[in-house]
Amino acid sequence: MTGAIIVCSLFFVSILSPFLSPYDPSEIDRYNILSPPDGKHLLGTDDLGRDVLSRMIHGSSISLAVGLVSVGIATVMGIVFGSIAGYYRGLIDVTIMRFVDIMLSIPTFFLILAVIAFLEPGIWNIMIVIGLTSWMGVARLVRAEFLSLKNREFVLASKSIGSSDFRIIVKHMLPNSLAPVIVSAVLGVAAAVLVESSLSFLGIGVQPPTPSWGNILTLGKDNIEIAWWLSVFPGLAILITVLGYNLLGEGLRDALDPRLWEE
Amino acid sequence: MITFLSKKSVEIAVTLLGITLISFFIIHLAPGKPTDILTELNPKITPEAREMLEKYYGLDKPIIVQYGLWIKRILKLDFGNSFSTDRRPVMDKIMERIPITLTINAISMVIIFIIAVPIGISSAVRRYSLYDRITTVFVFIGFSVPAFWLALLLMLLFGIHLDILPISGIKSLNYENFSTMDKAADLIKHLILPIFVSSFGGLAGISRYMRSSMLEVVRQDYITTARAKGLSESKIIYGHALRNALLPIITLLGLSVPGLIGGSVIFEQIFGIPGMGQLFYMSVMTRDYPLIMGILTIGAFLTLIGNLLADIGYAVADPRIRRQV
Repeated sequence: MTGAIIVCSLFFVSILSPFLSPYDPSEIDRYNILSPPDGKHLLGTDDLGRDVLSRMIHGSSISLAVGLVSVGIATVMGIVFGSIAGYYRGLIDVTIMRFVDIMLSIPTFFLILAVIAFLEPGIWNIMIVIGLTSWMGVARLVRAEFLSLKNREFVLASKSIGSSDFRIIVKHMLPNSLAPVIVSAVLGVAAAVLVESSLSFLGIGVQPPTPSWGNILTLGKDNIEIAWWLSVFPGLAILITVLGYNLLGEGLRDALDPRLWEE
Repeated sequence: MITFLSKKSVEIAVTLLGITLISFFIIHLAPGKPTDILTELNPKITPEAREMLEKYYGLDKPIIVQYGLWIKRILKLDFGNSFSTDRRPVMDKIMERIPITLTINAISMVIIFIIAVPIGISSAVRRYSLYDRITTVFVFIGFSVPAFWLALLLMLLFGIHLDILPISGIKSLNYENFSTMDKAADLIKHLILPIFVSSFGGLAGISRYMRSSMLEVVRQDYITTARAKGLSESKIIYGHALRNALLPIITLLGLSVPGLIGGSVIFEQIFGIPGMGQLFYMSVMTRDYPLIMGILTIGAFLTLIGNLLADIGYAVADPRIRRQV
């Protein structure tokens, strides 16, 4: 419940960001450079005199977009690979699952870092790369669901009246295996938001002047001895966002898993 | 056991080959060449000179040939020379930085295990108690805290406000003049924050899994049997349930190796620790192909070793698996 409230308010803030933020996120206030939180700038200003609150509000849409798009990519890839492996079994299953194992053995953050640094760092590349490196869990989940559904009556019935493989997979098996996928997608948004902010913090994510929580924190680190507000508030925003998605994911897991109802 | 180990090593070899293949292709298919760094800085360079440079590094050959040549050298443990200005062998560069990264990660793993397991057990035993609720809240926060932010906050608090811990590097400037005892104390002081940060996230995850694994085991029939025999609660939990509940945790610790190694980029960069993560960050920034490939390969190798250790640990802990292998 708390998770749902947090996530809904985040959507609200990012959609209404142009109206909610007190200043333009790139507006420079020359007389208030690195000013601590006060009445004029509620969360202070950064080293160029930009309003931190406004930058954070605009940053929320960035992290929301990265989270949703990259999880979308990962979920679609996971469903495609997982259902093919689980439905057809045999050599194709072995090949796909070996590929999944290999991808899981590469320290993902290394791989993301390597790819991002070769591409131009930017919001679209980040979304794609996070998506391409996080589909493996979904593939495993879908495959496991398919294995347990494969010999169920409704699947066999559909097969016996001559439905195509595509129809059986999409119409009958997928809808019955979506529950764990939804949970993992929600938790995946949390992970993607974390990765995006880490990349932006390292300077290879969302590039300034576009505001992102991660790149405000980079300024926080550079000015750590004089401007604590640059380090504290954006991180708090990330924490609350990730917490929201994690709580929502756990809540959905409890709600969707009938085995947990009996207790 | 021997057949088990040989089967595992074949598996590792195949996986490693796959990993290097994927990494090699990704890195080489990405736009931009390492020679760009050399040539962009020099506007006077002629196209011929650039071609010569590319030929020198073998970048003009088809990618599959490059991969073949690379593999051939790797088999002799030769990762080539770094593209950076010092031109040192990649292997030397990695080897001098591995110990510090491995030490931090190994200590974090031990800390995670020692603290997370008892927390998980105690909150499972006292499910829905106040204690359980409080640890659950902490676990969720632990899951969600960005590691680099935690690092910044700790630096603010201990390094700047309280001024009791150093915030960067692993040695003080006057380290060489210290006595042995002082050297050790200095090192420990520098490592407290990085180790805390790198174990924090794992702590939350593992204690959560320990809790649910324990709850799962307590529901089993043999625990009911133990209860029916009239065994004391502590005997049931520590004698019967614990070993079974630990099994998934062993696998999980093995699986958390890539995350720890990947995470080292972030905290080594923040705390200025001269380890593998920092080396990787620098190599990526300068498009140092041989170094990037070397670190990716060694990182993956360490991951696989971690998984192998987890499998062996699993076999040691579980007699049913031991008999199979």
